Amino acid sequence: MPEQALSDVRILDLTQYIAGPFCTKLLADFGADVIKIERPDGGDPARRLRPFFKDEAHQEKSGLFLYLNMNKRGITLNLKNALGVKIFKELVRQADVVVESFRPGVMARLGLDYETLEKLNPRLVMTSISNFGQTGPYRDYKSSELILYGMGGEMYSSGLPDREPVKNAETVSLYQVGAAAATGTMGALLGSRLQGIGQHVDMSMQEALTAAAPDRKSTVMIAYQFCGEIHPRFPGYETGYPYGAHPTADGYVEIFGGRAYWSRIVKMLGEPEILKDPKWLEPTAQANPALKEEFEALFLAWSMERTKRQVMEEGQAARAPVGAILTIDEVINDPHFNERGLFIEVDHPVVGKLKYPGRPFIMSETPFQARRPAPLLGQHNEEVYGELGYTGEEIARLREWGVI
Amino acid sequence: MTKLPLEGIRVVELGVAWTGPCAAMILADFGAEVIKVDTVNFWQTQGRGMVARPTKEMLATQTPHSGGYPNKEPGEYPWNCWPVFVTGGRNKLSMSVRDLREPEGREIFLRLIKISDIFIENNHPDTMPKLNLDYEVLKEVKPDLIMVRSSATGLSGPYRDYRAHGSQLDAICSHSSLRGYRDMDPSANTPVFITDYLGACFSALAAMMALNYRRRTGRGQLIEVAQVETGAVCLGEAMMDHSMNQRVRTTQGNRDIHGAAPCGCYRCAGEDRWVNITVTSDEEWQGLCRALGNPPWTQEERFSDARSRYENQDALDQYIEQWTSQRDHYAVMHLLQKEGVPAGPVMDARDTYNDPHLKERGFLVPVSHRDCGNYLHPGAAWKLSKTPITIRRPPVRFGEDNEYVYKQLLGFSDEEYAELERKGHISDGPAPHIP
Repeated sequence: MPEQALSDVRILDLTQYIAGPFCTKLLADFGADVIKIERPDGGDPARRLRPFFKDEAHQEKSGLFLYLNMNKRGITLNLKNALGVKIFKELVRQADVVVESFRPGVMARLGLDYETLEKLNPRLVMTSISNFGQTGPYRDYKSSELILYGMGGEMYSSGLPDREPVKNAETVSLYQVGAAAATGTMGALLGSRLQGIGQHVDMSMQEALTAAAPDRKSTVMIAYQFCGEIHPRFPGYETGYPYGAHPTADGYVEIFGGRAYWSRIVKMLGEPEILKDPKWLEPTAQANPALKEEFEALFLAWSMERTKRQVMEEGQAARAPVGAILTIDEVINDPHFNERGLFIEVDHPVVGKLKYPGRPFIMSETPFQARRPAPLLGQHNEEVYGELGYTGEEIARLREWGVI
Repeated sequence: MTKLPLEGIRVVELGVAWTGPCAAMILADFGAEVIKVDTVNFWQTQGRGMVARPTKEMLATQTPHSGGYPNKEPGEYPWNCWPVFVTGGRNKLSMSVRDLREPEGREIFLRLIKISDIFIENNHPDTMPKLNLDYEVLKEVKPDLIMVRSSATGLSGPYRDYRAHGSQLDAICSHSSLRGYRDMDPSANTPVFITDYLGACFSALAAMMALNYRRRTGRGQLIEVAQVETGAVCLGEAMMDHSMNQRVRTTQGNRDIHGAAPCGCYRCAGEDRWVNITVTSDEEWQGLCRALGNPPWTQEERFSDARSRYENQDALDQYIEQWTSQRDHYAVMHLLQKEGVPAGPVMDARDTYNDPHLKERGFLVPVSHRDCGNYLHPGAAWKLSKTPITIRRPPVRFGEDNEYVYKQLLGFSDEEYAELERKGHISDGPAPHIP
């Protein structure tokens, strides 16, 4: 197999659920040897989360787990066992990175805090992902995807003004945190590689959602200080038009119009006579509710005669930012994504061949590879402990002692 | 002095809106020397503003994140103060060039590429070829260049030429079909931009991975981040549910897709104040009951176990909201967390600004900016123990580092610099004819 960008990187992955495993998956996708370390009793709790293959709850059939842990090797190790801790330290000596997502303080209680591990491996990078970080008054507070999104600052301005704010879909915020965690870990790893500095990376999910790769949420925070205004909650981007989701004959399209794209929007609509009136170009036109109402009625009459894909195509032909709101099945069968090879087939010993989302980005020299499916619980115990020098008999004994 | 992780790495940025600028900012935060190239005679919409010189009247009608210039005034240098630009503008340098479409501008740009390691751009796929600055061309000048191209829908495929902001990509990757109120259609949704965030992270991540490879092999490469795909790969549960069960998921609103109940957003005392609560176990349910003072309804059979709470969530939500609506959103968080129940306020910008936890962690970083004044910039997501991320330079002003870049890096003499100035390359803002 061709060399990958991170073929020379070994990562010990103590993370569970979604954000941490997505972080290490991104690194594994581009060649890192990620060793996923799971509790012997049941492993990563994500193994018990839906969706399950044919809706059958089974620790090797969670689609979430299978997706987030592909390209990793998997071992079991009991870190509450003194021998387990000793073996983990042996692994640390040969690793470049440790990523963990326990509650703050757990690693220290296990005797595995960064200060201890650094002595074994001075160039080690350790990333700790937690709800609110390793310090501060909320350090030990519990959280959820919904709560983190709300405390990240964007939720307040999402939804209708007279109703409760509404969050992003599914567990998207945790994936965003995972993407940020991989980025921060990679930065620290280069610090180790280029400057010889190992260090601990404390990552708060709340802060990651407020700022890691800033988007609207950090911008509204800056704008608030500049002008004193709180970003209002309403279904649009600006007060002008057309913005947001609009109905068509068979679904919705999402439009970004307003002043900047007005001439393109008019072109998309076939340059009707009524839109040639100079009133539409007056400086206050975009802020005029009566004009907005008039425009929206005209738009609706046009869009309801077309499918969402037709509206998207006619909009794009006029270079107007218009996107059809596709459903999951439409995305999976979409010609664009399929021609580009976004989806891949992965063969797994229990669930067989299935379509997965593939590479997150394209690297011309060191491409994404689907090297292996997600590990069965403890699948690589013999292999990994064998590499550490344990014989088959010793590994069997570790199992008897409840270490692995 | 401890060296920052990317000290010694030089990055060129031709970014617009969020993805490209924020990707470059991440590299700058880690210590790279990032040079943003600003053009004097060509205005890039959403580079440093929707327009170069907005009027006060225009700003008055705009939402804060696009119209929220300091005091809602365009000021003398509006291109240095657009909140979107300011967001991703820290720790960078800026040089100005008259116009990259002209041979001389292009030559200057190539001189910069020759001494750089990474080039990040997030323009339409046609832009670089039109400027004759495609990877194949740049590779001739700088053979081990790492070039990151992050366009909306990628460099190939039927949608390659699509014009889109994050909200269109949110639609096309199906995120929009999976979010929003459970009882409303998507027209009630506010546009969100998850692919800006993800595209920025992935662009920076990929560039750093490529640096690791280059360090080993001496080879550069071309990286393509199709922003729409960055959204698609973050919908794992929904994608796999379709793969495994042919199920087409729709929105669950604020409910937990993995079945924790109650899970929702509840009204609090005060104007437009809200709190999120998620109960994931019997222990947390008992904690919630304690915090609420064990009212009789908590003993009802229909709330007695995880499944019945999940099935009777609407009724449960009403009881919970009766309690939260009497209390401050922060007070609810502290009361519930004390009993081990996950809860947190829906924070608006004021809350973020005043939050004691973020304050104690030093998350918001004081910045003093010539044109924007003093304010707190949201920090980085990573607290690095030995090379902490700091704001070494405030969001960069147009052409702020011309002298340094032209003379020290590109080797132009004082006379040549004066000539460049005369020709209109050296400027602290876009040309006067640009509206």
